[in-house]
Amino acid sequence: MAARRHGPGRSAEFGGRAGSLGSVTDLWPRLEELLPRVAKPARYIGGEDGMQSPVHDARAVSWLLTYPDTYEIGLPNQGLQILYEILNERPDALAERSYAPWVDLEALLRTERLPLFSLESHRPASDFDVIAFNLSAELTYTNVLNCVDLAGVPVRSADRADGDPLVAAGGHCTYNPEPLADYLDFVVLGDGEEAVGEVTEVLARWKAAGKPVGGRLGALRELAGVAGVYVPALYDVAYDGPRIVAVEPRFPEAPARVEKRTVADLAHWPYPKNQLVPLTEVVHDRLNVEVFRGCTRGCRFCQAGMITRPVRERPADQVRTMVSDGLRRTGYDEVALTSLSTADFSGIEQVVADTVTDAGCGQVAVALPSLRVDAFTVGLAAQIQRARRTGLTFAPEAGTWRMRQVINKLISSEDLYGAVEAAFSQGWSRVKLYFLTGLPTETDQDTLGIAELARNCVELGSTHRRSASVTASVGGFVPKPFTPFQWFGQNTTVELRRKIGLLRGELRRTRGVRLKWHDPEATLAEGLASRGDRRLGPVIEYVWRRGGTFQEWSEHFDSGLWLEAMAACGLDPDWYTCRHRRVDEILPWDHLSAGLHKDFLWQDWRDALDEVGLEDCRWTPCYDCGACTGYGIEHVVASAVPPAGGSQGTGVSRSSGGPVPVALAAPRRPVGAGVS
Amino acid sequence: MRLRIRFSKIGKIRFTSHRDTARIWERGLRRAGLPVAYSEGFTPRPRISFGLALPTGYESEAEYLDVELDGEAAGLSGLGIDGEAAGLSGLAGALTEATPAGITVQAAAGIDRAEPSLQETVTSCTWRIDVDGVDEGTAAASAARALDAGEILVTRERKGRTVTDDVRPQIVSLDATSTATGGVRLIAELGTKPRALRPAELLAGLCPSPRELRVRRLRQWISTGSKQREPLEAFTLPNPSPAADAARTTNAKDHRDDRPSGRQRGEPAPRGRFATATATTTAQVARQTGRARANLVGS
Ligand code: SF4
Repeated sequence: MAARRHGPGRSAEFGGRAGSLGSVTDLWPRLEELLPRVAKPARYIGGEDGMQSPVHDARAVSWLLTYPDTYEIGLPNQGLQILYEILNERPDALAERSYAPWVDLEALLRTERLPLFSLESHRPASDFDVIAFNLSAELTYTNVLNCVDLAGVPVRSADRADGDPLVAAGGHCTYNPEPLADYLDFVVLGDGEEAVGEVTEVLARWKAAGKPVGGRLGALRELAGVAGVYVPALYDVAYDGPRIVAVEPRFPEAPARVEKRTVADLAHWPYPKNQLVPLTEVVHDRLNVEVFRGCTRGCRFCQAGMITRPVRERPADQVRTMVSDGLRRTGYDEVALTSLSTADFSGIEQVVADTVTDAGCGQVAVALPSLRVDAFTVGLAAQIQRARRTGLTFAPEAGTWRMRQVINKLISSEDLYGAVEAAFSQGWSRVKLYFLTGLPTETDQDTLGIAELARNCVELGSTHRRSASVTASVGGFVPKPFTPFQWFGQNTTVELRRKIGLLRGELRRTRGVRLKWHDPEATLAEGLASRGDRRLGPVIEYVWRRGGTFQEWSEHFDSGLWLEAMAACGLDPDWYTCRHRRVDEILPWDHLSAGLHKDFLWQDWRDALDEVGLEDCRWTPCYDCGACTGYGIEHVVASAVPPAGGSQGTGVSRSSGGPVPVALAAPRRPVGAGVS
Repeated sequence: MRLRIRFSKIGKIRFTSHRDTARIWERGLRRAGLPVAYSEGFTPRPRISFGLALPTGYESEAEYLDVELDGEAAGLSGLGIDGEAAGLSGLAGALTEATPAGITVQAAAGIDRAEPSLQETVTSCTWRIDVDGVDEGTAAASAARALDAGEILVTRERKGRTVTDDVRPQIVSLDATSTATGGVRLIAELGTKPRALRPAELLAGLCPSPRELRVRRLRQWISTGSKQREPLEAFTLPNPSPAADAARTTNAKDHRDDRPSGRQRGEPAPRGRFATATATTTAQVARQTGRARANLVGS
């Protein structure tokens, strides 16, 4: 991999973008000579069904929507696909797509002096007005820098010229964009459906004025006036030693606190209407229909749930239409009804029934990812047993009831055993269980509870099938901003390794249980970026300049490089990751808002330490977390009561005599499920 | 009943793999509304079988697939395809419409269940191989040498092992010519039994060994005795002669990539009963179908 190591000044080697390319706009003739030499060349050709071919004109604001990881991971990203359509519907905007080229193509692009390109018209990335990244995972940050550099654009915003594209970001990780603050020109917090239009309007005016000299700052200041838009360069951060003492806006347009955007009603946004159908294999290669956004189950470790409140269900009729139109258009034989907890969708039973009996859709599998354990019953298992092409996954998250109360994942062991028994009795021979370790207040007894649950599940299974087995997958917990655990000091790599050792020892002689675990070093690196401040920027840049791209990929992750970078920048990894924060500490993301009152989060953190669970506010009185109350919106939920079955977040069985939550399906029409 | 489909794969889509193409067809057949039969068992799979894999990056004017359709007795008419010419052409048009740009369905016809699989039955393929690194004279000389040789040993990786084979018996014919743009072009018919000889392996066996630029499969052949036929003839036969091919550019963008289509951007493809026949005129179709059917054992 020597060729992958670039010394400092890597970007300089690509400085002459305009010089070497001249006015070439279609790079395809050059690219097609390189593609026979790279792995999986179909990732770079575009041509998907649903691809748009927008006409570039001088007035329309051009967006290059970029996912900073491979095509296989990035293509299915729903956020980018939604914005892709919304932007291309606007007369004043157009959007194309790009993905991080794999290391083999990157090396060729650099030798041939070719830039990052769009998949639609194979146009250089620097031809676009905005290069906008979706940030879904912290370990992709070095790829963001790499993509910007490959585009021939200076990686630091301060070095960019008036004519350079604006580099933007959205997605879950942008709730703490501070580690990338010096590299991003602007960030959109929360739902992007409405915000991209407002941003486009500002940029269209700037573009119409010919992007005047010195006008870039003016445009950014104007952008800062758009609700949900954060322009990091407009804020000064003051430190006292390691601590942040103030984050101050430098211009009146920049709000003291940037609030996230929330789309009040998904019914107005039936996107994507033309989901992209890739020509080559990708993850989640199926029709995906978002049935609701937000989740108020209140799992305390879950950033996705906290930052996307409140719950906004799509009307059941619209879901049905999107499913049947989508299947007909794409030719897929599998549809996933997506959300953070699909069994909670009020119309789930009817929607699944309608899908599997719709003759126009042919033989269709319905996948229900993120289905709670307490909704997985024998009846449901019987219905979905034919969809064994994907295994069954349950996510109890922690090994003991005490631990699950701390994290507010209020499913009882009986819920889990019921679900696992249902699975084995209906013919599955293997289930996968997801756990976190390194959770607040976790004792060795809690850790070992993981082994006990896994062992009990195998035992249950072996009464049905001799070959019953369980895979227990254990991830190291990384505290995330805007969760009650944002104050928690994460476990050291030594501690995480010790806990994994405990489990390995405990399960060594247990037949039928396979233990898998995440690399604790990667957990540390993720923790640095998760709660880091602006001083982490040079660390990310250091790792990138030394070839540290694709850090999400275990074969490319280089923990030594991260530690070396921290040392080179004079920063202490433990201070950033393992330290408990105090109530009065100014957190790096305090000038941003996910709608959640800080005192609500603090109270929830105290409740966690007291092992007090909190019920779902969808069906109980509001706790005034701020997500609705702060924006004058509310839950959009069709059902006034929680689904029946299991303990439903109460710890008490609510299933006796209740109806099966998701029954149904006609013969030969499988329903698939990944269960959480 | 069994349906055989012939299609071309030209332009950017050549970078999809054999597996990718299989998935593209699974979706395409469903979009076109064909009642594809599924296998029994834990994970029902659509019953589609493909011929010899086309290496990723190669184009083709002669790819095939066989599809099992539900509805044993009904035959084509049971599918609403009005028996002959117009129906089959309509089906081809609808399938072209249901698959991505770069795939054009050239023919479709019902075939007998007893017909052996494409894998078994195809005996050789004609390839057009544009190369670099040699001039036409050298290429012609090394082609002639290869044909005269008693054996040509090629060392290749197979299932993780390095094996050396004599590939001479699989070179049925080999010609060197030039393209309109002055490049060197080989036209080779290469045998598939007991194992298909790939163009890249042929080049490795030539001396000097030219560098492969762009490769297109022109034909697949079934030889029985002295007779040679195709698994299914195309409705509109592209001219296979090297001279006519040379008229086309070789390395510039292939404009057939951008297949003209009535579809607007983002608009769903029409689905259903092959209502979108656009491909050929009725007269053409009548003629072509007659020819296509001559190769088949009824339906
Ligand atoms: S504001 Fe109230 S109802 Fe809305 S999400 Fe927060 S706690 Fe729930």
